[in-house]
Amino acid sequence: MTRVSMRVDGVTYTDEVEPRTLLVHHLREALGKVGTVVGCDTSNCGACTVHLDGQAVKSCTVLAVQADGAEVTTIEGIGSTDALHPVQKAFHEQHGLQCGFCTPGMIMASIDLLKENPSPSEDEVREGIEGNLCRCTGYQNIVRAVQQAAREMSGTSETLGAQS
Amino acid sequence: MIPAPFEYVRPTTVEEAVQAVAEGGDDVKIMAGGQSLIPVMRLRLAAPETIVDLGRVAEMRGVREDGDALVIGAMTTHAEVIADPLIAQHARLIAEATETVADRQTRRRGTFGGALAHADPAGDLPSVALALDAEMVVAGPEGRRTVPAREFFVDYLTTALDEGEVLVEIRVPKLAGDWGVRYEKFNRVAQAWSIVAVAAAVRRENGHIAEARIGLTNMGPVPLRAPATEAALAGASASPDAVAAAARSAAEGTSPSSDLNAQADYRQHLAQVLTRRAVATAAGL
Repeated sequence: MTRVSMRVDGVTYTDEVEPRTLLVHHLREALGKVGTVVGCDTSNCGACTVHLDGQAVKSCTVLAVQADGAEVTTIEGIGSTDALHPVQKAFHEQHGLQCGFCTPGMIMASIDLLKENPSPSEDEVREGIEGNLCRCTGYQNIVRAVQQAAREMSGTSETLGAQS
Repeated sequence: MIPAPFEYVRPTTVEEAVQAVAEGGDDVKIMAGGQSLIPVMRLRLAAPETIVDLGRVAEMRGVREDGDALVIGAMTTHAEVIADPLIAQHARLIAEATETVADRQTRRRGTFGGALAHADPAGDLPSVALALDAEMVVAGPEGRRTVPAREFFVDYLTTALDEGEVLVEIRVPKLAGDWGVRYEKFNRVAQAWSIVAVAAAVRRENGHIAEARIGLTNMGPVPLRAPATEAALAGASASPDAVAAAARSAAEGTSPSSDLNAQADYRQHLAQVLTRRAVATAAGL
């Protein structure tokens, strides 16, 4: 067992973990952060995406021991029911989900994309979230949601919401 | 799916890393970004006794200049490579190819050196390293040595790294003169590996192509150059016809595999088409 300490959604946790423990399992099973889900287990779907020191990573492809000393942000740490993150709000308003399983990862990847590119074109959004798979929506409304969030976050909010 | 148990070692210097590998037992595996290793461990296709994680070896991360060469630390992540100003200035081909690797999240963790040492035939960076005549600086119990890219890729997933050796940094000669570059990748779905890809660097001089270097991805168990095409392009006029004629020999001497993605003859066809496109773009046509 190895002792690891990490700050997750603003709270510091110190635990003994087996080195083989994946970060996603540590988050869900030891820390109760079940908002982050395991989708494919093959590093493809991106549902388990979290931010590790501010960068989007697939938490099924990171060992918990590798996150020792790091700052982890999950979908549970970006907003609250009363104050959704702009990307959460946009996914809601643009119907960027159906079953919702891919959504935590979609949102975490989108926030990472928008940090790097605050005003992405449609193509840039599609490429930017290519690490996240959605089996329900056909991505159309997801792309709209990310672009709406981009506008709101950069303070140029207009009326895309009215189109839907 | 959870990996089989292993001992975990996290060195902070190259010396410590080499020592940890030496002491790691018969079945020790070096982990760079882990983006290929963790998936195969999860599937239990690999179950090493010891993992030596290079993630905290700070001296292996970053890009610096050393005279006529760029030196890229093996643990520099793909995302860092893409954003690096020195690479943008002196080795843009690497950035261009790296942008096509996997997806955003994977590029945050995956590393330049890890991709080279893993030596997947469908990986994008080995053929680029080969096209740019990069050199691998390797540390082992006996000290350091330098292996040219032409000798580094030995076979399928196999490099010239001896047991106990760690790839520390990659020296990439700066392109001097009027070079254009292009990485042409053919795949069909998001995140997919290259079915075939072509890396081209072309030096132009007085309306002619003075020199061309071409690296082929996934045209055999190791990355390849396209010597017949390179020879045909040397001194050729920078015209679409000349490039097309030269590109017809791009698949000469290759032995690509046939698999679910493509048959060998189709890959050979792709190599010609992608070489034509890559060279034409690199030559500014």
